[in-house]
Amino acid sequence: MRCEELTLSFGDKRVLDHFSLELPLRGITALRGPSGCGKTTLLRVLAGLERPQGGQVRGLAPGDTAILFQENRLFPWRTVEQHLTDILPREERDRADNLLSLVELSEERSSYPGSLSGGMGRRLALARCLALPARLYLLDEPFAGVDLPRALRILDRLRKTDRAFLLVSHEEPILSRADQVLTLEGPPLRVL
Amino acid sequence: MKRADRNNPIFCLLLPPVFWLGVWQLCALLVDRSMGGRGNELLLPYPATVLAALTHLAGTGEFWESVLLSLLRVLAGLVVGAGLGGLAAALTCAGAWVDRLLSPAIRVVRAAPVASFILLVLLWTGRDQVPVVIVALMVLPVVWDSLSQGIRATDAQWLELARAYRFSRWKTVRLIYLPGLRPHLSAALTTATGLAWKSGVAAEVLCLPSTALGTEIYQTKYYLEIPELFAWTGVAVALSLLLEHLLRRALARWGRRWSL
Repeated sequence: MRCEELTLSFGDKRVLDHFSLELPLRGITALRGPSGCGKTTLLRVLAGLERPQGGQVRGLAPGDTAILFQENRLFPWRTVEQHLTDILPREERDRADNLLSLVELSEERSSYPGSLSGGMGRRLALARCLALPARLYLLDEPFAGVDLPRALRILDRLRKTDRAFLLVSHEEPILSRADQVLTLEGPPLRVL
Repeated sequence: MKRADRNNPIFCLLLPPVFWLGVWQLCALLVDRSMGGRGNELLLPYPATVLAALTHLAGTGEFWESVLLSLLRVLAGLVVGAGLGGLAAALTCAGAWVDRLLSPAIRVVRAAPVASFILLVLLWTGRDQVPVVIVALMVLPVVWDSLSQGIRATDAQWLELARAYRFSRWKTVRLIYLPGLRPHLSAALTTATGLAWKSGVAAEVLCLPSTALGTEIYQTKYYLEIPELFAWTGVAVALSLLLEHLLRRALARWGRRWSL
């Protein structure tokens, strides 16, 4: 997957200025950098939610990515399990059990988001994102509010799924488990 | 009286009706005195006289038939008006041009005097259908207004998620719009229920369907049966409150589990 000369401004603020990057569509790539440098904007461009004013993304078709937003965006009226079965195709609904055990939420399958802790809500949002079929998962701070030992266990399970992940994190133990770590700075965004 | 007694739920429930019945009894007594004990039933009957009239009416088959048919007309109008109001809200929020075309028409319906509509609809349809059409016309703008606000207030982050997670249009409606509209629908329907009864009975009084609560009210005016007028009015109020209560409970049950 290759970003070529991406340019994007919000008003006077230029977040991406001829930004280029090449990433393998396998393993875990971690992005780190100060808040507001443009990491989230990059993920949104890759997810097709922001249209760059210049440049292009090669190697990714529409529907190839699944994004975990920085906010959980859970539905207060759906149970934990329904959040997954709403996404999964009818014939794959039994995968909900695997996803719940992957993020250690099996005990909460009948709970509503209002009764979950912050970390549980984050893990549910992650499981919902993983329920989508995709070639590249874009995870914006997937372990915010999740205790570190649990986050590391989940990360190890993600690695075993043989999918490609591009994740944003500030936690050193999480970064140390990634196959590749890119340190970013900005705006405009650039790789150090 | 001790503070604990004043917070007793039965005491709190009974105090307002007992107080207002007392005020009514006192006013009727004053009217009776000023009339020298002659004919106060024409101006303000005693509560006991109205209760006796209601008991007498409730013993007749016509009473229940009139109540049932009026209830069915109001319910039919409420369902049609709420359905059309919901559809209009969806259409006006979906497209700017539909909004430009439909919104002024709905505002005109909301602002026009109900009596004008009753007489016009009477010319166009049969007298038995007028209350249904009038109730639907009165309910439509209330539901439209409330649901339009609800649709426009839907969280943009959820809609973006629906787009990013490739939700179909129906899935977006089912998982995001409908549950989010519950408080708006609840407010609209409780307001609309009261309005439906008022306009429905007004239409019946003016159009005189063969069997209707409003027709009975008109007859009481015609024959100066004021205790019966009070009794029929009390029945209309009680039915309106009952319907509103049932709607509130049904809507509260819808959202009870997740709002815990």
